[in-house]
Amino acid sequence: MDPQNAAHEHTVTRRTMDIVVALLFMGLAGLVMADSWRIGARWASDGPQAGYFPFYVGLIMMVASVTTLLQNLLTRHPDRANFVDRSQFRSVLQVLVPTIAYVVLIAFIGLYVASAIFIAFFMWWLGKYKPLLIVPVAIGVPLVLFVMFEVWFLVPLPKGPLETALGY
Amino acid sequence: MEALSSLIAGFGVLADPMNIVYMFVGIMLGVLIGVLPGLGGANGVAILLPLTFAMSPVSAIIMLSSIYWGALFGGAITSILFNIPGEPWSVATTFDGHPMAQKGKAGEALTAAFTGSFIGAFFAVVLITFMAPIIAKFALKFGPAEFFAVYLLTFCSFVGMGKEPPAKVLAVMALGFALAAVGIDTVTGQLRMTFGSVELLRGFDFLVAVIGLFGVGEILLTMEEGLAFKGKSAAINMRVVLHTWKQLPKFWLGCLRSAVVGCWMGITPGGATPASFMSYGLAKRFSKRGNEFGKGELEGVVMPEVGAHAAGTAALLPMLTLGIPGSPTAAVLLGGLLIWGLQPGPLLFVEQKDFVWGLIASIYLGNIAGLLVVLTTVPLFAAILRVPFSVIAPIILVVCAVGAYTVHNATMDIAVMLVFGVIGYVFKKLDYPLAPLVLALVLGDMAESSFRQAMLVSQGNLGIFWSNPLVGSIVTLALVMLFWPLISAGIQRLRGGGAKHAAAE
Repeated sequence: MDPQNAAHEHTVTRRTMDIVVALLFMGLAGLVMADSWRIGARWASDGPQAGYFPFYVGLIMMVASVTTLLQNLLTRHPDRANFVDRSQFRSVLQVLVPTIAYVVLIAFIGLYVASAIFIAFFMWWLGKYKPLLIVPVAIGVPLVLFVMFEVWFLVPLPKGPLETALGY
Repeated sequence: MEALSSLIAGFGVLADPMNIVYMFVGIMLGVLIGVLPGLGGANGVAILLPLTFAMSPVSAIIMLSSIYWGALFGGAITSILFNIPGEPWSVATTFDGHPMAQKGKAGEALTAAFTGSFIGAFFAVVLITFMAPIIAKFALKFGPAEFFAVYLLTFCSFVGMGKEPPAKVLAVMALGFALAAVGIDTVTGQLRMTFGSVELLRGFDFLVAVIGLFGVGEILLTMEEGLAFKGKSAAINMRVVLHTWKQLPKFWLGCLRSAVVGCWMGITPGGATPASFMSYGLAKRFSKRGNEFGKGELEGVVMPEVGAHAAGTAALLPMLTLGIPGSPTAAVLLGGLLIWGLQPGPLLFVEQKDFVWGLIASIYLGNIAGLLVVLTTVPLFAAILRVPFSVIAPIILVVCAVGAYTVHNATMDIAVMLVFGVIGYVFKKLDYPLAPLVLALVLGDMAESSFRQAMLVSQGNLGIFWSNPLVGSIVTLALVMLFWPLISAGIQRLRGGGAKHAAAE
């Protein structure tokens, strides 16, 4: 890869990500320890209190993350490799963002219709398929799920206005 | 001999034709799961677990464990034909498997891989048959302190034997325990780390976490690599199979070595992935044709598969006898046992004889059936892989969402799954291992309660963990494992001069 292209693909170094994740871990560990301390992390007359075990778990997490943090800060050979290339990151977002939208959609219009829209969108947007191919897949998959779950195994999945209109 | 008569009784359980049907359905689904990116043994079983709630536990475990065998077999198909490991444990299979396929020997490579898998699994299940009752009988004497010691050993071996940085292993493990603690404390009834949220009252279900970490996370990783499946076609017929089988007997010593490595890695929570790499490395070192490895050597395909499958199967031994799963998939199966109301552990061998021996018998039959199924259906599954990723990916994500929802019928869990997916993606990229996280999440409650019971017995004196030779030696071994990275660094420093000398040779 020529340098110009490398600069173009640059996002953050692995070292930066390592530090960020270690800090997040430390924050979480602090939260765990604080909440465990609040409900009692000591020894009561009848045995260990509810927060006893989680408190030490939080402590281990804290020590381990501080170690990772210090290793990354103090090392003489920091890992400056790119965490993810810009183009790769774009591909990941291309999946992640529609999936987030899909999960939000499930809450409003039910899983079946949301799945049909999600599959259709994905095939059209990333696969550049023709509607003739998209429609059977996008309708077929939720239909198979419906038969399998609602009819065969009697496991209800989230439903929306369309299913209600159809009497389910 | 008691084991043999129990085993025969176990085959009696399988005489129910429905169980055989479930077995074949499970294997087909398993191979499919093993072939598809983003779906693997652990999350595949997790997604299908809710569907088995209505079945009897025996049928359910037969189907779910068959999915596991199928997934173990299926991983090899993508490795050899597409050079894409469907499962982490089939990475080592690509080294020689794909070059063989490029030379037009895909059929031979696949036959060798499947047969290797079968040999590994068979070796491990024989071990289970004879070792499990002995270990279970021994473990019946365990008190809470002993159980906690075994849990401790399990978790410490992740630190000592993992190739990831020890601090990161510890951090994810603690994360798993912390997530397991969220919700109502089972002993005192107090709320822990719910921060006033009703959604958090239920705590985090490890099934949802598994589907997110392994399913969604894997899809994101696959997407990053930009998938273009360019596969070799394969034809397997009787002639190729027989021709390959004729070459296998001369590898018996290597197979034995790989099977032993696999069983060891499966029982200790090393898992199938390191087992396959170790088997490959050992075979390369000891084989007369070691220099040819990587260019399409039959032996290089067989050995990692023997190791991986032996490990995958042996992982059930500690799960059944001690209630400690040796791999993430075994952890999900253990979660299943708990949901069906069965307490895994030594008592299972006393109280649920039908269940245990039915399961062990089904491992024998399941692997024979699996071998037949994969040998006959390879073209079918290879065809599935030619379906472009832009069609497969949304369907897999939909299946993951359904799986996450059905665990508790909670829409919120789908969002939780997605968050775990992103966590899984970032962790994988930064060398945080996922297996300890899952195991801690599954075992968190049990480890905590055995710790607290032990502490109650001893009135808070940690000395109970050295109160008798058994518990003392397990705990000491665990601590050695925990500090192994420091110890080995110390040894290396002491022998600094010697190591340099050896390297120069």
